Formats: sequence, C-alpha cells, structure tokens
Amino acid sequence: MEDVLKIGNKAIRNRLFIGTGKFASYPAMKEAIEAAGSEVVTVALRRVGSGSKTDSILDHIPKGCVMAPNTSGARNAEEAVRIARLAKAAGCGNWVKIEVIKDTKYLLPDNLETLKATEILVKEGFVVLPYMSPDLSMARRLVEAGAAAVMPLGSPIGSNRGVKTRELVEIMVREIDAPVIVDAGLGKPSDACLCMELGCAAVLVNTAIAIAQDTAGMARAFSDAVKAGRLAYLSGLPASGEEASASSPLTGFLR
Amino acid sequence: MYLKYRDLTIEGLFGRVSDASLERAIDGDSQDPAVLKTLLSPWAESCLERMAERSHDITMRHFGKTIQLYAPLYLSNYCDNQCLYCGFNAKNDIERKKLTLDEVVKEAEHIAATGIRHILILTGESRAHTPLSYIRDCVKALTGYFDSIAVEIYPLAGHEYAELVAEGVDGLTLYQELYDEELYKKMHPAGPKSDYRSRLDAPERGAKSGMRSVSIGVILGLADWRREAFFMGLHARYLQNKFPDVDIGISVPRIRPQVSDFKPAFGVSDMNIVQLITAMRIFFPRASISVSTREYPAFRENLIPLGVTRMSAGSVTSVGGYAIGEQRASQTEQFEIMDHRSVKEVCSMLEKRGYQPVFKDWVRV
Repeated sequence: MEDVLKIGNKAIRNRLFIGTGKFASYPAMKEAIEAAGSEVVTVALRRVGSGSKTDSILDHIPKGCVMAPNTSGARNAEEAVRIARLAKAAGCGNWVKIEVIKDTKYLLPDNLETLKATEILVKEGFVVLPYMSPDLSMARRLVEAGAAAVMPLGSPIGSNRGVKTRELVEIMVREIDAPVIVDAGLGKPSDACLCMELGCAAVLVNTAIAIAQDTAGMARAFSDAVKAGRLAYLSGLPASGEEASASSPLTGFLR
Repeated sequence: MYLKYRDLTIEGLFGRVSDASLERAIDGDSQDPAVLKTLLSPWAESCLERMAERSHDITMRHFGKTIQLYAPLYLSNYCDNQCLYCGFNAKNDIERKKLTLDEVVKEAEHIAATGIRHILILTGESRAHTPLSYIRDCVKALTGYFDSIAVEIYPLAGHEYAELVAEGVDGLTLYQELYDEELYKKMHPAGPKSDYRSRLDAPERGAKSGMRSVSIGVILGLADWRREAFFMGLHARYLQNKFPDVDIGISVPRIRPQVSDFKPAFGVSDMNIVQLITAMRIFFPRASISVSTREYPAFRENLIPLGVTRMSAGSVTSVGGYAIGEQRASQTEQFEIMDHRSVKEVCSMLEKRGYQPVFKDWVRV
C-alpha cells in the first residue's frame, strides 16, 4: 500500500516540507524545492508582494506544491487570524501555518495564543498547522480544536541544533492522534532522519537548506534522509539497548 | 546595570582580559554584559577573524542570505536643536524646507518606483514646523506606497507614539547619538535635545506604545567608540529584556562631513567598525544591524557577510531630494552621502555576492 500522508484533502507523498525564507534568490529556492521533490512549502505572508513592481515569491513556487502561508510577525491570536485571512484573500489557499511569537530573542512560540488562533481559523475553514513548543496537553487541545497536524519545534528556529526536544516529541508521536511534524532547528539530514525514525509524519526544514553552499544538493540530502527515516520506521526499527543481553536468559529456568 | 558601569574609565571598562575569557566570549551564548565588554575591548582585536566567522555564522542562521532594503525620506529640515555635528543645526545658514503633502506623495512615488517597500521618514526637531498632526498626515499619505513605515523624528510622549502606530507606523528609530553624559551636554548645547534623559527614555516609550521594531544607535566619532558601543549594548539589552516582543535594531553610523566645519575628535577606523558590528552580532544574535549610505560602497559591501542585515539604498538625505534630483537638493542635506548607487545597482551588487535583496518583509494587519 502506498505510504501517503493525508492533511486536509491532500495526499502527500514527500514528507519533507520546505520553508522558503533565507535563500540567496527565488530561483535558488525553486531549484531546492524541485530537487527535494517537496510537495508542501511554507511562505511568510510578510514576504508576499503587495502589488509592487518587484518580483513575487509566489511566482517561484513550483506548480503543484501546496502552499502553507505562515503568520510570521504575529504576536497574538488576533494578528495571526488577520494575517491568515489576508493570505487567503491574496490567493494563497486555505492552509495556514500558525506562528505566534512574542519572543524575538529565541523565536519561541506562544502556545496559548496559538490555540486561540487555531480555534478561530478552523471554524473559518482553514487547514491549520500550528507551530508550537512541544507540550502534550497543548497538542491534545490543538487537535481537539481541529488542527490538521501539530508542529513541535526540534530546537529554536535557525539554531541548527537538531532534535533537542526528542523526549517530548516521542511522547507526542505516541499519544497524539494527528500528524506530528517537527519544525525548526533541524540542522542536518540525520536530524530529519531521526525525526522520521521516531514516527513523525513529516519534517519542515528551511535554514539548513537555504544557507548550504549547494542548496539543491542539501535539499536532496534532506529528502533522501526523510525517506530513509520513514522507511526505517515503517520497517520496524529494532530497539537498541545500551547493554548487551545476558547470554543466559534471566527467565531461562522456566523452560 | 547602567549605574554599575557608568563611572568606569575606559581603562576600567576595558582592562586586560585573558585569552580564555576572550574565547568564551566569542564562542559562547552568555547574556552577561561582561561578554560584550570583552568583545569590544582592544584585546579582542587580535581575534577579529574569529569574531567575524562567528558573526557570519550567526547571521546566516538567523537571517540567511538576505539583506533588507529601505530608504530614508526627509520630510523637513527645520530644527530647534544645535547639535554641533549635524547639518540641520538651527544655527546653520541653510535653506529650510518642509514638504507639502503633495510633495510627500511625489517623493513616495519616486522611491516606490525603485521597488523599495520599507520607508524611514525623518524630520529635524521642530514641533512648531512639523507637529505630530503633520507627521500623522504624512504617514496616512505613505501607507498606500509602503508596507513598513518607520519614523526617525523628535522624541514623543507614549500616547503620541501610540497615535502613530494606529496610523500605520511599525518602527521607531531614535539614536541617543552619545551615551557619555558630559560630552552629550557639550554636543547638544541647546534645544529640546539637550535633555539627555528624555531622549534616552524615548525608545522605551515607543516600545511600550506598540512599535514593532525599535532601533537605537550612536554616532561614532564623538567619543571613545568602545565605551559608547558598550552603553548602547546595555541599552539594547535592557529594551530587549523588557519588551521581548519588540525587534531591537542597532545602527553604528560614523560621523560624516556636513555643511559646518565640525571635526570629530575621535577616530573610528574600518577595523573598529568591524569589531563593533561583529561584537554586537555575537551578543545580539537576532538584532537587525543596519549600515547606511554614510559608508563608502566598498566598505558597505565588505560588511555584508559580517553581521549586517539592513541597508539603505538609493538614499537622498535632503528634503524633497528624490523628486527634484539630488544635485539641486544637496544644500539642504543632513550629511554627505558616500554610496550614491541606485537601488538597482545595490541589488545587482547583492545578487553578485550571493544575497537576496529583500524589499518587503512586513505586513500591516
């Protein structure tokens, strides 16, 4: 059976989502998305042109990609909701990645405001993907509110530190009945691979691809790593114990 | 915090630092002001390349291969102050001008035609000639042309900043110019700007009133740059900690020749600027750092990978200069521009260097 990820009414085959900021040019961004074969990309609405004569980022998103505009710049639920509505009006579709950030030092999200925005936008028919600090109770509430997935951070945006929140993400994967997509902080393809091995539904990567010397090469590397991690997860990863198993089984006497 | 350091001499502030603490400062993530002190000290000069590498790495991770472009728009050069180093000094015999709203629109059309979407509007300090109501009207006229509007005007009361925010202003730029209180008095002998404290507290009033970004700065050349930069750093950290949802920006303009014959008493070399920018980047990983057209083109270009995130382009610093042409307007300019390249030329330079010029990075909601 084909392994597809269903979000909204879309069936997604490539589980690497790509963020479109930080690239040296729009053509470089497009080339990276195409090299990875990504089907879902996020775009900050604040970067989408407003009738100016300059080049628009939207013209460089490969055809067929699902676009999830993000609400970067929002400091509370109200602003996130307004940005989401503007994005829809600008023709960006009905997906939205909610980012509500009140912390400019670390760009860590405000989960409570994110929940409020989710509640409103789900009712308005958006496919809502909330970016969040990994917290099980909040993830449950987001899913109850109708979020199409939850997007816990691996480590702070732009840190390239990998999955520092691993324990919490693992719990979310076990307990949450919705796709768990790790967003932010993944610095290496192996970080993305690890997320997929843990059972995450997808990952979202931007910085590590956008600032690589060869962006298309790095995009492909991430895409391959995601595929490998997913296949390993589906194939049933054997548990890896730190200690060797006893040569005489502890319960051997029962035989 | 400020009081702890205020009365220290240069030697007291920047005394000998060990190699180990230098390394920790360059490679670490500590928020301790002692780190900034170390990075700004003369001892750090021997590690400039390492500082540059760290600064580049941090900037790449947080801002990527992009540079945000903006342009200044001078509304008026009427001024009640007598800042010794400024072309708008009330005592200077220059042609004074204030744009009519029609002229503001003409300037906006010229600037917007270059693709610029972030604008910084400036006035001299004269409430009589450019009252808040005039600035509000100008903002109203500009919102249709620009996605982001920042103001660099005389300090306002909190409720006045809130009025501008309600009108569509999202950014406040207000340089203390000089943190040394004694020298400040000498350099600002008359006019409302001579009130050090009122100016110092203005960025905080702006942040409290809903400004989304607040930029502070020092004019380099008026005092010892290391000490000035350190106090600016303390100010920035204070604002950042108190208003975690406000983007704090930093500018380090070097003093430029203008109409009077003022000569800066303190030299600030290119190397000093590099140390200052890289130190700020390491201490403030996510702060925006801008470099204006006060700096000459080659130096601006070389600074790009070292921590800079914003640049002005195609700038005219005289009132009405965009529409009437810079040559004729140069008599009224605030300072002499070093980088005369057009927006298009700056963009192609950035692209050649592997950077994306970003015109729009804000949405008014």
